[in-house]
Amino acid sequence: MESTRNRNNPYGDDKVIAACCLFGMLDTTGKRIGGRDSIEAIANMHDRGNGLGGGFAIYGLYPDWPDHYAFHVMYTSQAGRKEVEATLRSNFHVAHGEEVPTRQAAVSNPPTVWRYFLQPEERALIGQSADDYVVERVMEINTGHRDAFVFSSGKNMGVFKGVGYPEDVADFFKLDDYRAYLWTAHGRFPTNTQAWWGGAHPFSILDWTVVHNGEISSYGINRRYLEMYGYHCTMHTDTEVIAYAVDLLARRHNLPLNLVCKVLSAPLWADIDRMEGEEQDLYRTLRQVYGSLLLNGPFTIIIAHQNEMIGLTDRIRLRPLTAATKGDVLFLSSEEAAIRLVSPELDKVWTPLGGEPVVGRVKSEAAVVAPTGQVLVA
Amino acid sequence: MILLDEAEQVLTIDAKGVYYRELNARLRDAVENGVKKVVLNNITGQRYLGTDLPGEVELEVHGTPGNDLGAFMNGPTVTIHGNLQDGCGNTMNAGTIVAHGRAGDALGYAMRGGKIFVRDDVGYRVGIHMKQYEGKVPAIVVGGTAQPFLGEYMAGGVLVVLGMGLQEGERHRANFIGTGMHNGVIFLRGSVEQHQLGKEVGVREPDEADWQLLRSLVGEFAGHFGFATEELLRGRFLKLLPLSLRPYGRLYAY
Repeated sequence: MESTRNRNNPYGDDKVIAACCLFGMLDTTGKRIGGRDSIEAIANMHDRGNGLGGGFAIYGLYPDWPDHYAFHVMYTSQAGRKEVEATLRSNFHVAHGEEVPTRQAAVSNPPTVWRYFLQPEERALIGQSADDYVVERVMEINTGHRDAFVFSSGKNMGVFKGVGYPEDVADFFKLDDYRAYLWTAHGRFPTNTQAWWGGAHPFSILDWTVVHNGEISSYGINRRYLEMYGYHCTMHTDTEVIAYAVDLLARRHNLPLNLVCKVLSAPLWADIDRMEGEEQDLYRTLRQVYGSLLLNGPFTIIIAHQNEMIGLTDRIRLRPLTAATKGDVLFLSSEEAAIRLVSPELDKVWTPLGGEPVVGRVKSEAAVVAPTGQVLVA
Repeated sequence: MILLDEAEQVLTIDAKGVYYRELNARLRDAVENGVKKVVLNNITGQRYLGTDLPGEVELEVHGTPGNDLGAFMNGPTVTIHGNLQDGCGNTMNAGTIVAHGRAGDALGYAMRGGKIFVRDDVGYRVGIHMKQYEGKVPAIVVGGTAQPFLGEYMAGGVLVVLGMGLQEGERHRANFIGTGMHNGVIFLRGSVEQHQLGKEVGVREPDEADWQLLRSLVGEFAGHFGFATEELLRGRFLKLLPLSLRPYGRLYAY
């Protein structure tokens, strides 16, 4: 294994700035923008990470395949690829498969990365939604194959991640070639688990992605609860539970996203006691029903999925988050300077209170699903 | 690019793309060579500005400086035309920070001397574990409002929050104000409800000595940003102070 010493401490002193960094930008008109701003912004927070993980989630990425599930799969052996491709062919109609284009970059031990555009075979769906079917297959592959990991499985979006600084991961995956209306980015400073390609952020299932700065001390409880619903944690990083929790709450249980946020970052009991009537009943019920999905410990997260980007911190904001708007664009960042670097003039800049989500939404859904890749204005 | 005005001993640095270590090294060299004032343009996130500069030097910062501006600072005056991020004034010992904008979390963390003036709002845990000893009494004056845990574990010093920007009758939203506080004082213009205060905190009316202190600090604040002192002193100030010097003295003793 490569020594990480030089990555951690290139100056040979003991100064290590320990944190992760997050960045997100959403063009609420659905206009697809290049990756340069997001890459420059996350690189401006280089020192918060230590080169042991970087990644991006990109939405509006595959306008030519808007109705196909886009699987991104990491392989550490040829045999792994053969096995998984056979599994994919037997479970899906595989419309297209290709190796993800990469170039030489300062990343550590890259696996082979492939992407596939898939649709479940109709006959395979036995009283089951296509989304549920896909989640089950992802779990099967990730628990059943040692040399392969599905790390992205949504439509018209993709996750790119690995071991390296985020700007180097972007370089490796040639992300400056892509255009998208929503970008989230992460630079990692791993605290409790080893650095490996699957363990970098974002974490995702279907088109839900999460980037996270902090530490989920409720990971064990969250993970066991999610296992009851068929989600298996295989990535050895606490953030994985958040992606599955959001899929369960928002997609399967149909909770509105603001309430999903209130499950993850629930109001304190003392605050609930001061509420009245229906509001009090609602928050008390949420805490009682979903107590096992409360995220304990310090965190800032950016959750994204088709057409939406949400910033959220723990109740007492033990990790930073700055939000800003400029025209139709919403920015979320660990540090304001990263936003100012790519957009020096801002209409509004603020720090949300702990537990209060910042939600950005594309104004017209049509704007992002045009199969030609053209932007349709609302 | 570096421009030095010899007569004024003023150095101007375009900091665009300059790594923080290199930038701070340049500042040290400049000050050692007699420069009295440095103008920093295009600052985007460089950390620790002003940290290890001696005495009388003045920094004028344009842009958004990085975390821990003025950490351990011992004397300089730093004026920021922009917003501050987190941890600024961390364990600062002497000097002045003036921010023509807002500030992030943990401003003045463990501060032990000097003054910080922020024109707009500030984030969480401002003044956390500020302290004082004999003549060294640090002060933070905030023009806007503060987020929760203001003055958490405060062990000394003075925090003034002026609440500009709050509407008539609108209270500050911060809760857990002064949680764990065991010395020092917070002056809050405007209102809060009892549940927003830490359990260790009592509320008093400012006395004559307090008003004298407020007039001095608020006067200095008004001078930096061009406000009228008398207007800022209008309205009700709450004096928040700890009820006990040892709030946890009996927590672990039976």
